[in-house]
Amino acid sequence: MLRLPPFELLRPSSLEEARSLLVEHGPGARPLAGGTDLLVNLKLGSTEAQTLVSLAAIPELCGIREEAGELVIGAMTPLAQVAASEVVRSRIPVLAQAASVVASPQLRAMGTLGGNLLLDTRCQWINQSHFWRAALGFCLKKDGSKCHVVEKGKRCVAAASNDTAPALLVLGARLVVLGAQERSMPLAELYSSDGAQHLTLAADELLVEVRVPLPEQSARSTQHSAYGKLRRRASIDFPLLGLAANLELDESKTVRAASLAAVALSAQPLSLPKVAAALLGVETSGAQLERAIVAAGALAQRRLKPLDNIPGDAWWRREMVPVLLGRTLRAALSDTGPVNGDPQ
Amino acid sequence: MAARDQHGPQAPWRGEFRVLTKPQRKVDGAAKATGEALFTDDLALPGMLYARTLRSPHAHARIRSIDTQAARALDGVHGVITGADLPQSYGVIPWTQDETALATDRVRFVGDEVAAVAAVDERTAEAACALIEVDFEVLPARLTPEEALANPEPAIHHNERRPGNISKHVKLEFGDVDGAAAQAAQVVEGDFSFHGTTHAAIEPHCALARPDADGRLTLWSATQITHYLHRALALVLGLAPEKIRVIQPCLGGAFGGKSDPFSLEFCAAKLALITGRPVKLLWTREEVFYAHRGRHPMQMHYRTSSDGEGHLTGVDARLLIDGGAYSSFGLVTTYYSGQLLTGPYDFPSYRFDATRVFTNKPPCGPKRGHGSVQPRFAFEVQLDELAERLQLDPIELRRRNLLGENTTTVNGQRITSNGFARCLDEVERASGWRERRGRLPRGHGLGVAGSMYISGTNYPVYPNDMPQGGVQLKLDRSGLVTLFTGANDIGQGSSTVLAGIVAEELGVEPEAVRVVAADTDLCPVDLGAYSSRVTFMVGNAAIDGARKLRRQVLAALAQEWEVAEEEILLAGGRAGLFNGDRDLPMREAFVLAETRFETLGATGSYNTPTLGGDYRGGTIGASPAYSFTAHVVEVRVDCETGVIRCEKVWIAHDCGRALNPVLVAGQMEGSAYMGIAEALFEHHTINSRGLHAGPSLLDYPLATSVDTPELAALIVESIDPEGPYGAKEAGEGPLHPSLPALANAVHDALGLRLRELPFTPGRVLRALRSQAEAGS
Repeated sequence: MLRLPPFELLRPSSLEEARSLLVEHGPGARPLAGGTDLLVNLKLGSTEAQTLVSLAAIPELCGIREEAGELVIGAMTPLAQVAASEVVRSRIPVLAQAASVVASPQLRAMGTLGGNLLLDTRCQWINQSHFWRAALGFCLKKDGSKCHVVEKGKRCVAAASNDTAPALLVLGARLVVLGAQERSMPLAELYSSDGAQHLTLAADELLVEVRVPLPEQSARSTQHSAYGKLRRRASIDFPLLGLAANLELDESKTVRAASLAAVALSAQPLSLPKVAAALLGVETSGAQLERAIVAAGALAQRRLKPLDNIPGDAWWRREMVPVLLGRTLRAALSDTGPVNGDPQ
Repeated sequence: MAARDQHGPQAPWRGEFRVLTKPQRKVDGAAKATGEALFTDDLALPGMLYARTLRSPHAHARIRSIDTQAARALDGVHGVITGADLPQSYGVIPWTQDETALATDRVRFVGDEVAAVAAVDERTAEAACALIEVDFEVLPARLTPEEALANPEPAIHHNERRPGNISKHVKLEFGDVDGAAAQAAQVVEGDFSFHGTTHAAIEPHCALARPDADGRLTLWSATQITHYLHRALALVLGLAPEKIRVIQPCLGGAFGGKSDPFSLEFCAAKLALITGRPVKLLWTREEVFYAHRGRHPMQMHYRTSSDGEGHLTGVDARLLIDGGAYSSFGLVTTYYSGQLLTGPYDFPSYRFDATRVFTNKPPCGPKRGHGSVQPRFAFEVQLDELAERLQLDPIELRRRNLLGENTTTVNGQRITSNGFARCLDEVERASGWRERRGRLPRGHGLGVAGSMYISGTNYPVYPNDMPQGGVQLKLDRSGLVTLFTGANDIGQGSSTVLAGIVAEELGVEPEAVRVVAADTDLCPVDLGAYSSRVTFMVGNAAIDGARKLRRQVLAALAQEWEVAEEEILLAGGRAGLFNGDRDLPMREAFVLAETRFETLGATGSYNTPTLGGDYRGGTIGASPAYSFTAHVVEVRVDCETGVIRCEKVWIAHDCGRALNPVLVAGQMEGSAYMGIAEALFEHHTINSRGLHAGPSLLDYPLATSVDTPELAALIVESIDPEGPYGAKEAGEGPLHPSLPALANAVHDALGLRLRELPFTPGRVLRALRSQAEAGS
């Protein structure tokens, strides 16, 4: 069995204590949420840590509540709870759908929403044992200087693989982060384009909660959203491509606002405003819709170019961009998501 | 010789089975369900050390030197060994012993074993491995058979008889194949490829060795071939076999992946002998991928000839087999790739020309349906093409070529029972074939395929005239019957089948039978769990032994009751008469027998009759009985994505008599599951750097429960004259048709012929695009 390397495990019972432990132990310390990503990477040696600060005993990090027109989800809320939450399912279904297709039931019980947002980037050349990576000669994400995906590449292109990130991007979510001070930022600002250093959080900053503006319910406008996930198997697998769509329709079923985001391409989950713009003003009840979906698909295919970073056939992933986009948009409009690659 | 006695297929007590043919709970079911069962890694001994293996980071290299000084000096390290400590080569096939426990001068794939360390814990052993300095001279790596053939030097193995990186070449011809093709009304010809898959048994390989004060060694190992391992240990360690005891604890699956002796078994043993302490070596999942011995990648060219009515006249095959770095069972694989194709259809001429080539990759070996799954895929797809050409229903084409029973195949194999025609009837009926095939909407289709497989082979891996399988039985006044057998229960349930046979013969409840299996000190020799041989061979041996004891119990009761033995019935744990008179708990019957005959024990054995064609290699693939299978597979293909969804598999399998129908159905379902997953998901692949593309259960995609089709097991019983009560194999045969039936279903769905496995969505989508271009 591949064993965990030794580390010190600390179990603070408050946020303040957790943060002071992180400060005290410096860069060798890492917060531990569900552990479904971090512990695996520690075993592989693709991540190193001397100290793990478990967040499991901090009650205020877990739970879902409404507050002033926003849904506030604690970073330690298990994905299974997010997926099953009545308010998430009815008000922001794209998040429930994305959470429901992460990994497998066992991993969703352990894995948390915050952990999924902070998931390390993935690549076929990094998610391997130390022995394997040594035989390769390592890569620039860890211990090496060469990229095996992009010849002579200087920037790591390991892929963001978190299903919930595009869902929260299209919902306009903000994060509350606790460092020396508490601060709030749009989700998009969490990520950088360098796969080796893909998070903008400081080492002593903790993700506390996710705040999602709840769409207004009115007779004049309705909100429709969905998540589409491409994967080889119907469970367990990370996304080969993930697409989230959020559409606001007016009373004549015309698109008044559209938001799209994608994951499993490069280091960052990507918002796709230009693709989404192709849907604005489209009457979804008429023949216009299919033409708009085709146009958006073509735009998306130009914008999104899957690399040979994650395992699988990059050509196929690229061909799937317009297909998955079309299916996700139709699922959003008919409120029938998630799209998970079953034959149609 | 008792071993070759025929017991007949009848039930022992006036034709009615009381235990067998009914669902019986597995003897180890409760222990496994509750976690009480002990697997090798569950065992721990006082003073036990832990070992780890140092592996090659190069696909091909010469070892100039190894310096273990720093490793030996590390605190907590008790033993360090390299190839120099275990120089004796071995291999499961006596003629191709090209492996050593640790590399002596050469490493041949990334992951090849170089050194091993025993220490107080795994972490220390691993740290010591990191301190071993190996000076490698890197050699060019050959990652495909074509590359290996084109570049004979530096050779992966030096072998003067077979230069040029050729592991084995077999060419056999029966009848006039070229003449048949020249005169045929139809000739279908094409190329097919199989990609390579591995077993992925849930339990990784593990061995625990214990030396004792008398110079003896006990090795517990997750093996399916206790006996061959025993022999190999004696050879490599230079110890007399009687000083070695090999025990197989509860096993978490094998599928052929534990049927070679492995490096870890020798290393644990050697380190135990050196340190004088028990040593355990457990491999990681990644290391299991390097141990491999999985299904060989094959490139296959087939030419099938027929007359105008679809009667086959000739089959011509050329196969290039990617063997990986070592021989393993490769000699047998190469023969099996041709020898096992000659049923369930009759054709008068056949040629196969198979070449297994060494490459710098983890060694391939036997996986469920050894050697014959790949050729079967190619051939059954080609039969579908032939049916299409002739505008015949594919089932009808197969019916026109039935081999039938009590006959001989073109390559000289004796066929006794044969239920294939009924297998075809069953899948045709159950799938609604006549109403649905060819009439479903685009993207939705049905496909059929058939196959045949061996129930053991009369070729023991080392030639000898001793029994292939044996049992020892004891019973006594406690009422307990104990069966000792060398047979390996690897999860397939062989101990349950054997307990059922003994219970049936002696009339005791199955719970009153204890099976002691796979312990070389205690149990008579059996060759192991491979080639689907255990139920057939050890089952017959168990009948043989049990009947000897039964005669003694009956004689004692007949004397006591003053009746003829024929009037006595032993059943359900009680002794009585068929007419209902007399009723005695079996324990008391056993007291009478023990009183009259004194201590009670018996042996039973089985050996195959002389079988096989009269030519070199003619006995390889010759089996005392063959199982037959037909599948219909239903698919839905997403034309936009190329994703194939396998909806349902109807599996009709002729297993002879189903001694335990639940176990038989489980094997049928498990086989079809594995075959479909190999076709759609699994790919054991080595990348351009010589590295395994994803040696983990995340990246090696086994089908999950939600990816698994509905599986309908349709048991067909053609009672075999020589099988135990007429039984044949069920563990491997039912896998074969899954892959071609799936390919044929995709053809029904879309008119696409898929000849290259696996059927990934990208590959299907490209084929759909080409089809659209050709059509426009």
